[in-house]
Amino acid sequence: MHRIVRKNQLAADVVQLEVEAPLIARKRRAGQFVIVHLNEEAERIPLTIADSDPARGTLTLIIQGVGKSTKQLNRLQAGDVIRDILGPLGKPTHIQPNSQVVCIGGGIGAAVVYPIVRAFRESSSQVISIIGARTKSLLILEDEIRALSEQTIVTTDDGSYGMSGFVTDALKRILSNGKVVDEVIAIGPVPMMRAVCKVTREAGVKTVVSLNPIMVDGTGMCGGCRVMVGGKMQFVCVDGPEFDGHEVDFDELTARLKSYTQFEKESLERYENLCGVHCGLPA
Amino acid sequence: MAKKIGSKTKTPMPCQEARPRARNFSEVALGYSVEMAVAEANRCIECKNRPCIAGCPVEIDIPGFIKAVAENRFVDAAHILKSKNSLPAICGRVCPQEEQCEKVCTLGVKFEPVGVGRVERFVADWARENLADETPQKQPPNGKRVAVVGSGPAGLTVAGDLIQMGYQVTIFEALHKAGGVLVYGIPEFRLPKSIVQNEIDYLLHMGVELQTNVVIGKSLTLDELLSEEGFDAVFIGTGAGLPSFMKIPGINLIGVYSANEYLTRSNLMKAYRFPEYDTPLIRAKNVAVVGGGNTAMDSVRTALRLGADHAYLIYRRSRNEMPARHEEIEHAEEEGVQFHLLTNPVEIFGNERGGVRGMRCQRMELGEPDDSGRRRPVPVPGSEFEVEVDTVVMAVGQGANPVLTSTAPNLKTNKWGNIVADPETCATSIPGVFAGGDIVSGGATVILAMGAGRKAARSIHAYLSDPERSSQTEIQEAVMQG
Ligand SMILES: Cc1cc2nc3c(=O)[nH]c(=O)nc-3n(C[C@H](O)[C@H](O)[C@H](O)COP(=O)(O)OP(=O)(O)OC[C@H]3O[C@@H](n4cnc5c(N)ncnc54)[C@H](O)[C@@H]3O)c2cc1C
Ligand code: FES
Repeated sequence: MHRIVRKNQLAADVVQLEVEAPLIARKRRAGQFVIVHLNEEAERIPLTIADSDPARGTLTLIIQGVGKSTKQLNRLQAGDVIRDILGPLGKPTHIQPNSQVVCIGGGIGAAVVYPIVRAFRESSSQVISIIGARTKSLLILEDEIRALSEQTIVTTDDGSYGMSGFVTDALKRILSNGKVVDEVIAIGPVPMMRAVCKVTREAGVKTVVSLNPIMVDGTGMCGGCRVMVGGKMQFVCVDGPEFDGHEVDFDELTARLKSYTQFEKESLERYENLCGVHCGLPA
Repeated sequence: MAKKIGSKTKTPMPCQEARPRARNFSEVALGYSVEMAVAEANRCIECKNRPCIAGCPVEIDIPGFIKAVAENRFVDAAHILKSKNSLPAICGRVCPQEEQCEKVCTLGVKFEPVGVGRVERFVADWARENLADETPQKQPPNGKRVAVVGSGPAGLTVAGDLIQMGYQVTIFEALHKAGGVLVYGIPEFRLPKSIVQNEIDYLLHMGVELQTNVVIGKSLTLDELLSEEGFDAVFIGTGAGLPSFMKIPGINLIGVYSANEYLTRSNLMKAYRFPEYDTPLIRAKNVAVVGGGNTAMDSVRTALRLGADHAYLIYRRSRNEMPARHEEIEHAEEEGVQFHLLTNPVEIFGNERGGVRGMRCQRMELGEPDDSGRRRPVPVPGSEFEVEVDTVVMAVGQGANPVLTSTAPNLKTNKWGNIVADPETCATSIPGVFAGGDIVSGGATVILAMGAGRKAARSIHAYLSDPERSSQTEIQEAVMQG
C-alpha cells in the first residue's frame, strides 16, 4: 500500500501526486518508470517517475487523465492509497556528461523530460529545453524546467503563449542557428516524436525518444510492449523505454497503442456513469 | 502379495459437461467422491516392485497413500502425501501423471493404470476441507535469514521447508500476487486460484514474509540481498518468463499475443470479467493458438471461454508429439477446439486498422528425429492455405527472463540464459546463492520445480549449518567448470 502524501493540480486534467514508495525513491534514476495498480480491479499502467525524494521516501508522478485508469488516479486525494507500485523499471537515461543537448517535452511528455533535464544539468551539460502544449492552460512544469535549462522555448499550437507553432519549429530554429547539438531527447505524443525525428534525421543529429506502449507486467514477461527498433524486436519495459528515434517503427507503435480503443471507451463511459463526472471522489 | 485385479479402466472423473463448460471459467474436473476415490484406490494391485515411486519426481510413497485411501484412512493418506509433496492439491490437478507415476504402473501394462493423480487430488481436497490447518512443528528460530526470489512452485516449496527448519524467510515477487505460473498462467478452469491462495496463506500463517512488487535486478539486486539487506542465503526461482515470437510477417499486428500476455490478462488481471475488471482482452470470433504444450491448450480453451466461435490449435508436429497433458488435449477436443496438426503459420495478414485478418499456414510432415528425439517437422511444398482469424496467440516456448541475471555478473548462466546450478544441491556459481525450477531447467513442470525447491532447502540448510562452508567450495568449483 502506498499512501498519497500530496496532490497538486498542474493543469486541466493533469495532476501531480507525491506517493510513498521508499525503496523505489532511493533507487530510481532519470528515465525510469513504475507500474501502478490502483486496486484489485484496476489495470496495471506504466507511469514515468517525474521526481523522487529519498529522504521522505516519496515519488512524484504526473498523470494526465485520459481513460478510466488515469482519471481514477487523478481523483485520488492526499491520504488515499494505491495498492501496488512496482519499480523502478526500464533502463535509466544515458547521460553523457559535458554535452550540449536539446530536451523536448510535448504535452505530458514534459513530465518525463523534466528529470532528464535535471540529470544532464547535474552532469555539467548544457541543456536547451523546448516544451510544447496545445494551448497555454495545458502547459506543465515550465518554471521547473526553465530553472534548470540554459535556454527554454515554449511553444503552443494555438499561439496562446510563447512561440506559436510546434516544438519542431523551435527545434529547426535552433539547428539552423548553427548551434552545436550533440543529442536531442524528444518525449511526447508519437506524432510529435516522429516529427522531431524527421527533422533531426535530415540534420544528422542523434535523437533519443522515450516510448509509452501498452504494458502489463513491466518485467519482460509478456511481450505486450514490443516495438521494432532497427528491425529488431525490443521489449520497451526492459530494453527501453528510450531508443534511437531514427530506428523506431512508429507506424507499428501507433497502431498497437490503439489495440483497445473500443474497450477504453466502454470502460470510461461506465466509470463516468457510476461515479458521476463531477463527484470528485475516488471510485 | 499382489491383490486381484478389479476394474480394467480408471474410475471416470466427474466433469462439467463439455458444452456449458466451454463458456465458463469454473473448474472442469469436479473431483472424486469418497466412494470413487476408495474404488479407484482399490484398483491398485499392491505389486511388489512399486515402480510408481521411482516414476514420481519427488518419490511420493504412492502405494502407501493409495492403500490408506483404500482402507478409508484419509488422515494417514494426507500425511504420507504431504511428507513428500507440499502442494498436492496443485500437483493432483496439473502433473503430467501419464509421463510419470502412471506411465510405469504395473496395472498399466495390461489395463489402464491406477488414477494416481485423481486420488492424490481427492486426498488433498479432503484434507483441506476436513483437517484443521495443522501447524507442523517449527524448529526454534536460528536467527538466519533466507531470501527467496520468485513465488512459483519452486520458491513456495523452499520457503515452506526452510520456515519449518527455523529460518526467517522472505519471498520477493515481482508481480502483485504470489504463485508464479500457478496464478498468472494456468487458468481458473484447470486450477482454481483459491487453492493456490490457500497454500500461500498457509506459508504466511507459518511466518513467511511476502514482499510483492519487488523485482530483483531492478528494485534490489542480488548483491544487495546478500550485503545491505543482510540475507545469509538466497534462492532464485524466477521461472522461465520470456515469451518467444515466431519470426514471421505480421507478428506485431494488434491481436497477436504471446500466450503469457493472453493468459496474464485473463488470469491475473481477470480480463474475462471486463468491465468489472479494467484490463481488456480482445474478444475475437476466430482465434488461432500456435503450439502444442499446456500453455497452448490453456490459451485455446481460454479463447473459447472468452466467446470465440472458432478456436484453432495450430501445431507443427502430430498429436503424439504434443507435450500437453493428455487430459487437457482430450478436454480441449471435447470443448470444440479444432486441431490443425502438422501445420505451421508462415504469415499473419492485417486489416486497414492494423488488426489481424487471417493467417497463412503450410502443411508439415515428419522427417528425421531432431535433438529432442522427436521427428522434425518439414514443410510440404505447395501446401499453403489460409485461415480466417482475428486473434493469434503464440505459445511456442519460453526463454529465460534476464532481468535478474543481467544485473548479477558473477552468476553463471548457460548459452540460453538459464542459471547453471548443481543438479544435486542447486548451488550456483555464487556462494550462498541457490537456484531451481524453470530458471535452471528451462520450461518444465510444477512437480520438477517443487522437487528442486525441496533439494535447495535441504542444501541451504546444510550450507548455513556448516560453519566452514566446506562442502560449498567444491560444488562451486564444479559449477564453474561444468
Ligand atoms: C500456461 C502454462 C501452463 C502450464 N501447465 C502445466 C501443467 O499443467 N503441469 C505442469 O506440471 N506444469 C505446467 N506448466 C509449467 C509450470 O507451470 C512451470 O514449470 C512451473 O511453474 C515453474 O515453477 P517456478 O517456480 O520455476 O517458476 P514460476 O512458476 O514461473 O514462478 C516464477 C515467479 O518468479 C517471479 N519472478 C521472476 N523474475 C523475478 C525477479 N527478478 N524478481 C522477483 N520475482 C521474479 C515471477 O513473477 C513468477 O511469479 C505450465 C506453464 C504455463 C506457462
Ligand atoms: S510489459 Fe510485459 S514484457 Fe513489457
